[in-house]
Amino acid sequence: MEDSMPKNNDPQTILRMEEIHKSFPGGVFANRGVNLEVRQGEIHCLLGENGAGKTVLMSVLYGLYKPDAGSIYYKNEKFDARNPKDAIQNRIGMVHQHFMLVETLSVAENIILGQYKPWKVLNNLDPVIKKIQQMSKDYGLNVDPTSLVQDLSVGEQQRVEILKALYHGADLLILDEPTAVLTPQESEHLLDFLRQLADKGLTIVFITHKLEEVMQISDRVTILRDGKTIATVNTKETNPPELAKMMVGRDVLMDLSKKEKQPGKIIFSVKNLNVKDERGLPAVKNFSFEVYEREVVGIAGVSGNGQSELALALAGLMNSEFDSIILNEISITKRDLTRLNQLGMAHIPEDRQKMGLILPFSVSENFIAETFNDRPFSKYGFLQFKTIKNYSQSLVKKFSIRVGDVDEEIAHLSGGNQQKVVVARELDRRPKFLLVNQPTRGIDIGATEFVRQQIIAERDGGAAILLISTDLEEIFALSDRILVMFEGQVMGEVSPNPDMIEQVGLLMAGKTIESVL
Amino acid sequence: MELIPSILFLQGILAATWRMATPILYAAVGEVFSEKAGVINIGLEGVMLIGAFSAYSVAFESGSLWLGLLVGILAGILSGLIFAFFTITIKANQIVVGAAFNMIGMGITGFLYRSMYAVSAVPLGLKTFQSVEIPFLSSIPFFGEVLFKHNIMVYGTLLLVPLATFVLYKTAFGLSIRAVGEHPKAADTVGVNVVRMRYVSVMIGTALAAVGGAFLVLAYADQFVEGVVSGRGFIALAVVVFGRWKPWGAFWSSLLFGIFYALQLRIQTMPDVNIPYQFLQALPYLATLVVLVGFNKRRVQAPKTLGVPYK
Repeated sequence: MEDSMPKNNDPQTILRMEEIHKSFPGGVFANRGVNLEVRQGEIHCLLGENGAGKTVLMSVLYGLYKPDAGSIYYKNEKFDARNPKDAIQNRIGMVHQHFMLVETLSVAENIILGQYKPWKVLNNLDPVIKKIQQMSKDYGLNVDPTSLVQDLSVGEQQRVEILKALYHGADLLILDEPTAVLTPQESEHLLDFLRQLADKGLTIVFITHKLEEVMQISDRVTILRDGKTIATVNTKETNPPELAKMMVGRDVLMDLSKKEKQPGKIIFSVKNLNVKDERGLPAVKNFSFEVYEREVVGIAGVSGNGQSELALALAGLMNSEFDSIILNEISITKRDLTRLNQLGMAHIPEDRQKMGLILPFSVSENFIAETFNDRPFSKYGFLQFKTIKNYSQSLVKKFSIRVGDVDEEIAHLSGGNQQKVVVARELDRRPKFLLVNQPTRGIDIGATEFVRQQIIAERDGGAAILLISTDLEEIFALSDRILVMFEGQVMGEVSPNPDMIEQVGLLMAGKTIESVL
Repeated sequence: MELIPSILFLQGILAATWRMATPILYAAVGEVFSEKAGVINIGLEGVMLIGAFSAYSVAFESGSLWLGLLVGILAGILSGLIFAFFTITIKANQIVVGAAFNMIGMGITGFLYRSMYAVSAVPLGLKTFQSVEIPFLSSIPFFGEVLFKHNIMVYGTLLLVPLATFVLYKTAFGLSIRAVGEHPKAADTVGVNVVRMRYVSVMIGTALAAVGGAFLVLAYADQFVEGVVSGRGFIALAVVVFGRWKPWGAFWSSLLFGIFYALQLRIQTMPDVNIPYQFLQALPYLATLVVLVGFNKRRVQAPKTLGVPYK
């Protein structure tokens, strides 16, 4: 914890939510009597796993949902937002996890959307643009108000969201998992910035499931679990293991144990891989590496340095040039790339919702997405429903996926359980080589723990694993060797010794290996 | 062909072009509003028929073209209200409701027309909106004939297109429309009433479609016949896409269609041409497709939530 954190001497309550209940059609109880008290000028973290009811609680406050029961007091008055406009007018701002920005409109248009009566003529946006420029200067949020949102990076879009809330005038700012989409550096910046805002008197509610963030940024933290308030504690009087325990409801294994690495043969090797990105610019440059059996090779790097293109090329989903790729002693030609999975490769893609799963399909249909045409799932062109169902139920059990029925639509599952479905499907094929990209992004701590254990178990069972992740902690926890990727190239190889974290950071920023060792 | 006749031929085609484009343009500009807000109304054809029949019957009974036009617009707004209720409030599939509108429009206008006018002894023609010759300008050779001798509803498109552009791109109302078609939840979270915006946009769309239908009986032909719209509603849908969901785009696209339509009509009347008329009728559709696809280099996407109900 930082000593420089300002003391909050004014414990005046700005928001109190009492016994909030909210359920959804289909019998999902998102909030079952939640209590929350937020003080003027503090950064208050709302900590909980996915599905704990954090976002729903804040959506109730923001007027997006109507609570079934409970009362809200805001600035010492009973408060009941019928819609977001009410909330905005009462100076509550919310930055949603999925950005509420219209991509085809400019930054300025997004910021003024909904602010005027319909017949207001917006012929000249210059005064608005000037004001936004002034604000972005005052707050140090660098944003060009005339550019289209679709041309902005994710980090910039988030700045627009924050600016939008501040432009509308906010005394209470809610941020829903704001760092989930940011690089480590961007996250650092954001947290610093929020601290400055709070020092100026703004009250911030910060939704997260990351313990380090809670410890770093908050004054107090309220822990939710299964739609109920577990506790509210002063950040200075708690620690990550205690928070994790309250969040998950049991002790959490923070350290992974794995067997000693045993030397084996090379399972997968790549020589001089080159990939161009969608715009035709080189994204991966002369990339070479090999992965041995019983080994996890971690690719560390800031997001956007060619990791996505590397993974897509290896999965045969993107065109590439290479001198050689060898999988299990079989030399792979360009044409073979698309059938690498038949040769013993499995792939856990970066974006489960877009690539890993077919969201409108059921859990069991997703389980057999690759194998539905093979026996025993299909005979003479007919799907064998009984076999499929039994198989799916066995996977659900083996990977402890929380789902009522395997015929349920997978879109209804939480992010963690969706990811477990992908992991279960890929690992059940007993791959020789496993390509894993961002396996735990956006999933809760319980699921993260589980997925990481599965990856280690796979390694101990003999598989060669390439792990791509922007989460350094994950890279260090799982890898046997670390390659650092910067602008499409390997900057160097380091061992996952905790002392090396600083060097890895420098390599990620583009320093050469000679200069950092 | 000699020089003078070929110029006259061209003049005739061009003079007809704008007129041919007008009904499609009204409907297409209306549909731009609807689709920008995220609602696709493939029932334009039916709404145009309803507009045409209401305008005709009121104009015929009352003797006032303007009253006919007004009632046509009201009928269009009412159709829009019903369409919006099913697609926005009840969240029925927009394509299905649109198809139903086409069939109902065809059926109901056909039924009413037959029961009211089929056995009429009185002549059924209206005295349509007459050409307004713009002083001085209309006497310019060639251009006078092509541009300055049209009826009021044709000239009306010159007001319609800039006005629609202004509303969509220079008012808070237009900004909200464009937002609810792209990302309704984003609009919702800053206080835009998505349902109301979509209702209003749909009704603007059907009102203008009805104007397009009314044009056919008040300012083109002088009476209603069954199926008088003959596919123009569907062309308007294509024109919206070719025009990249913009009023001026719709303007140029419908003119393009109009020119081929006028051309094939002329060719049909030429005595020594032996092309089956079915081919000629298909010409404007084919030609418009080829030209617009050929020149459509920039990829512009439809409003992201087009056809998707909110919540």
